Amino acid sequence: MDDTAAEPVQIPCLQEGKGVSYPVLEVRGLVNRFGSQVVHQGLDMDVRQDEVFGIVGGSGTGKSVLLRSILGLQRPEAGTILIEGHDITQLSGRALRAVKARYGVTFQQGALYSSLTVLQNVQLPMIEHLVALSPAARDELAMLKIRLVGLPADAARKYPAQLSGGMVKRAALARALALDPRLLFLDEPTSGLDPIGAAEFDGLMLYLQKQLRLTVVMITHDLDSIFRTCNRVGVIVDHRMETDTLERIVDHPHPWIQAYFHGERASIHLKVDHGA
Amino acid sequence: MVMEMRKTDRGLALDLTGEWRAIAYRQIDSALAAVDLSGASHVEIATDRLAALDLTGAWRLREFVRRARGSGVQVDFAGAPPDQLRLVEETLSSREPEEAVPVADAAGGTPLHHVEGAEAATLAFIGRRAVALWRDMIGALAFLGRLSITALRALPHPKGLRPISIARHVYDTGITAMPIVALIAFLISVIIAYMSAEQLRSFGADIFVADLVTIGVLRELGVLLTAIIVAGRSGSAFAAEIGSMQLNEEVDALRATGVDPFQALVLPRVLGLVISLPLLTVVADLVGLAGGAVLCASLLHMPLEQYFHQVSQSISATTFWVGIIKAPVFAVLIGMAGTHRGMQVRGSSRELGRLTTVAVVQAIFLVILADALFAVLFMEIGV
Repeated sequence: MDDTAAEPVQIPCLQEGKGVSYPVLEVRGLVNRFGSQVVHQGLDMDVRQDEVFGIVGGSGTGKSVLLRSILGLQRPEAGTILIEGHDITQLSGRALRAVKARYGVTFQQGALYSSLTVLQNVQLPMIEHLVALSPAARDELAMLKIRLVGLPADAARKYPAQLSGGMVKRAALARALALDPRLLFLDEPTSGLDPIGAAEFDGLMLYLQKQLRLTVVMITHDLDSIFRTCNRVGVIVDHRMETDTLERIVDHPHPWIQAYFHGERASIHLKVDHGA
Repeated sequence: MVMEMRKTDRGLALDLTGEWRAIAYRQIDSALAAVDLSGASHVEIATDRLAALDLTGAWRLREFVRRARGSGVQVDFAGAPPDQLRLVEETLSSREPEEAVPVADAAGGTPLHHVEGAEAATLAFIGRRAVALWRDMIGALAFLGRLSITALRALPHPKGLRPISIARHVYDTGITAMPIVALIAFLISVIIAYMSAEQLRSFGADIFVADLVTIGVLRELGVLLTAIIVAGRSGSAFAAEIGSMQLNEEVDALRATGVDPFQALVLPRVLGLVISLPLLTVVADLVGLAGGAVLCASLLHMPLEQYFHQVSQSISATTFWVGIIKAPVFAVLIGMAGTHRGMQVRGSSRELGRLTTVAVVQAIFLVILADALFAVLFMEIGV
């Protein structure tokens, strides 16, 4: 699963609409507050089709709250959140459920259902949303997703407790891809992995992103990961989001962004970048 | 519409249209299933009008192509086959890193080997359960042993008994249980008094209702009902608390810090219960006698002085103690069942639920079994 070997698949018919990159996800004027504590104050965010968008921010700046708002797990105080054109803050019931079938999510700890095998974990969204699928077809499609993320076939029958950390992340990714979404949310996908495992996961993610033409929104702290995978980066500072391409965001004057991208741990990437 | 079909001179031409995505699987499936291949020798598939093709759609298309080729029909694509099809093909046919090995079943047991016939299977099942039960008993005995050793070691150093932790468990299992224990003791004694009053009245022996309530509540029902309530409340709480700590690796964290989980988690809970259950029993006894008094006064018009006189007449030196002596024993049984099952939790939330249930059922069973043994014992020694 080497990402350099995999050229982007050109399928012009996949392009929806005439515009090159319309926003798949659009957040406008998001406000989140807990009591008197302000988390977001008029946060805007745009994610375009076929890009890898990184969300960065210090601890407690509300990265997870933002993700939970976007996923419809938590209703914001104000603002609109459009996923492929549907405002999820206004939806409920069946309509909201239908939008939820359009994206896949992996959570930080994997959040695999511990009483189900990996195969059953991947099948669960299919059972919920693809009623027409026969059990045999479900088995094969789930197996396809499991193989796609680079897990061996015998991992399918294992329970989450029997998997290593890296395998849990892959299994979670397979479950997120169960419904073939075009939008994928990853919450700290490489946390808890060793550098080699993290690099492998990044490579896998890029490979799938190109092969399946995914739009990926990724919360991460991993600088290696950001420099390798992200096209654009949104940094949460002062309850808002500063968004720019990776090349330009590193020169943003905000002190936190400066500290983040020019700290000791980031210097290696910047040197490489300027040298190239 | 996801497909247009035309007849050609050699067979069929399929023109795929629209979005071939998982969400539209139902239409895709029925459209492809409806294609009649009989009489066709060649199928040409055009994909240039597809708006979208995801892996689910590609997989279904692949199944169709395999079916057609399997029945001797030549399948061609107009232009290059879609890349998604190649991705599905590559993924499913890629080599296995390792071949599947037979895995033990979910419960962690070994699979049945070479058992032939239903009788043998039944026998094997019984045998397996018997062995499991035996191991379980040995495990419980070992647990009791470890608990005793931990308690004995901690005795010389009162700090090692973790008094603050014990106090918390006395509060959780005792003080907060008082309302429900009192309510149930009250209701049960009212029921006994009411039922017996009906019977005894016909003999003109109403006055003995007081005796019946007193002896029934003090000797048996007070402590037994309290123990059953506590088994339901605290036995499950112990198992669930320790079990979720196991799942979170908190127990391992304690061990790694050099703290014995028996000392930090198990012993304070059991000791807390040993303190609180007798106290709860006293509450249940008092409220039970009060319940009898209320009923006697209201239904039998027995003056309170007469009721309590009758109560003190019926109480012998041992009546109260015969009941209360059982409380600490029940407490140890409940505490052990809860903490032992909690410590056994491994791996999944389902295990947590299963073992919590086992803890409660076992605690109640053990309490009733012990009560029966006590009854025989007290009969033998004549108290």
